[in-house]
Amino acid sequence: MANHGAGFDPEEFTRAAREFGARLRQSRRLLLTIALVIVGGAAIYGSYYQVEPDEIGLVTRFGRFVRTSNPGPHAKFPFGIERVQKVPVQRQLKQEFGFRTARADIQSSFRKDEKTSAESDMLTGDLNVATVEWIVQYKISDPYKYLFRVRDTEETFRLMTEASMRTVVGDHSVTELLTVGREAIAAKAKELLSNLCKIYDNGIAVQQLILQSVDPPEPVRPSFNEVNQAIQERERSINEAWAEYNQEIPRARGLAEQKIQAAEGYAVDRVNRAKGDAQRFVALEEQYRKAPEVTRSRIYLETMAAVLPTAGKKLIFDEKAKGILPMFPLGPVQEVKP
Amino acid sequence: MKTRSAIIGGAFVVLGLVTLSSALYTVSETEQVVITQFGEPIGLAITQAGLHVKVPFAQEANFFEKRWLEWNGNTNQVPTRDKKYIGVETYARWRIDNPLLFFQRLKDERGAQSRLDDIIDGETRNVIASHDLIEVVRTTNREFEKGEEVEDIMEAESMRQIKLGRDKLTRLILAQVSHIVPDYGIELVDVQIQRVNYIASVQAKVFDRMISERKRIADRYRSEGQGKSAEIRGKKERELKVIESEAYRKTQESMGKADAEAAAIYAEAYNRNRELYRFLKTMETYHSAIDKDSWLVLSTTTDVFRYLQSQNAAGGGK
Repeated sequence: MANHGAGFDPEEFTRAAREFGARLRQSRRLLLTIALVIVGGAAIYGSYYQVEPDEIGLVTRFGRFVRTSNPGPHAKFPFGIERVQKVPVQRQLKQEFGFRTARADIQSSFRKDEKTSAESDMLTGDLNVATVEWIVQYKISDPYKYLFRVRDTEETFRLMTEASMRTVVGDHSVTELLTVGREAIAAKAKELLSNLCKIYDNGIAVQQLILQSVDPPEPVRPSFNEVNQAIQERERSINEAWAEYNQEIPRARGLAEQKIQAAEGYAVDRVNRAKGDAQRFVALEEQYRKAPEVTRSRIYLETMAAVLPTAGKKLIFDEKAKGILPMFPLGPVQEVKP
Repeated sequence: MKTRSAIIGGAFVVLGLVTLSSALYTVSETEQVVITQFGEPIGLAITQAGLHVKVPFAQEANFFEKRWLEWNGNTNQVPTRDKKYIGVETYARWRIDNPLLFFQRLKDERGAQSRLDDIIDGETRNVIASHDLIEVVRTTNREFEKGEEVEDIMEAESMRQIKLGRDKLTRLILAQVSHIVPDYGIELVDVQIQRVNYIASVQAKVFDRMISERKRIADRYRSEGQGKSAEIRGKKERELKVIESEAYRKTQESMGKADAEAAAIYAEAYNRNRELYRFLKTMETYHSAIDKDSWLVLSTTTDVFRYLQSQNAAGGGK
């Protein structure tokens, strides 16, 4: 339709314009349809939104908050008249301090660098240094406040947590931090942080604050271990002493009891024997009284009869044989002796 | 003719749309707006979110944040009053309280940030430098639980009582800064000391001190162990003596008692006839005194052999 000729022919131009106009009128319906479809499609697409189960939707109309919508499919005005912001209110959120989870898995791996160690190094109340790693778990309790009260609520929350933790650690000694005070510190830091959240009114509810690891700083660690070793040593030497004690004392008690029992046995024996002897004597004496001469002679002679044969040598002499010198055959006796 | 009217109509529509878009503006929940007319502020700030109308073209809407805003300080190296060099990091949260004033004085947030840097950092330095380190670190005067360690291990300095403490110091900074910033249309809502750390050279010294402290504690544990075990051994020795001597006493006691009783029994019995007793005992002695190596030199006058001399010597013997 373009005029390729050298001259300009107005007649031909008018004709071409008319032709174009006619064709335009013809295709106008088609164009209109296409336009309507595009606009309609965009309108439907812009009207529909879906809120996931762990979220809540906040709808603003011309920037102003008008309603919230629960999980499920919803409709709104399209073309930026209404906008929706989704906030995960059901999800438990977590921030880590002093380390980062590089990969969460059955065996998670963690990462530490200069930035995280700046988070974890802090001064204790006795002006020592400790390395504290902890996590805080929280939920968004008020999505409106969470979105509209504080800008960058998450980062602000981080700073609040750090400030709270350091405040509490600054009020405890390094020994408390490493041993008895851990739970108290976590509880206090949580309380402080919750109060701070109330003041900031940031729509966050702190659920848990957990101390992961509390250590002395790296260069000092060996000397802390030495203290633990010394404690072990102390326990060991005390236990050894007690073991010795427990070995010897019961044995000594047993031996002592044995001696006491033996002495008691002796006592019974002695008394019984005495009684026996006494009774025997009394019995004999009673009989003796009846016939003293005879009994006495009998006993004497019986004794002699028993004793005399046992004597090795006997010399019997008569006092009346004065002239005869008694002879002692000493020699042979000595020879007989072995 | 028809085409021209269409073109004119189209132009009007475009003009209308442009005017409308200039007259209407939306304010979100997070924003507030100051309307200026040819650069001159008109009326109060608009803080209500929603759709608003202004005079098109002549008036301009200037948007400002309504929320609490960030300010994170840099690490300030400050000596405390007791000459400890520490690095202090503070953070603050602030809001644009008077957007008009804010607009006039600072223009935008970037201007505000640099002004806040000057003011808060300066105030922080002042406050830290005029207090001892312990005031910055501690919040209360609570006593440390001592655990097993003994208190003389603790540094005397760290046992000192504080007058203000960290919390009151931050309130002090907040109060000081709050005197200044309303001039800029700013309200400072909170200041916190986020981090306090020793600077590197001081830290090394602190570590040395901590190490020597721990060594002392370890030594104490060791000597405590030695002392305790010696104590137990001593107790053992003492108890052994007690047990042994008590056993000795008891045995002697019961043996003595038995001996006494036996003596009494014998005495009672033998007293009935002393002569008989002596006689019997003598006879008994012969049994044990005479054996095969004994010599017996016997006269025929003895009772046994009396009859060797004469058969009727019996009567004259005695």
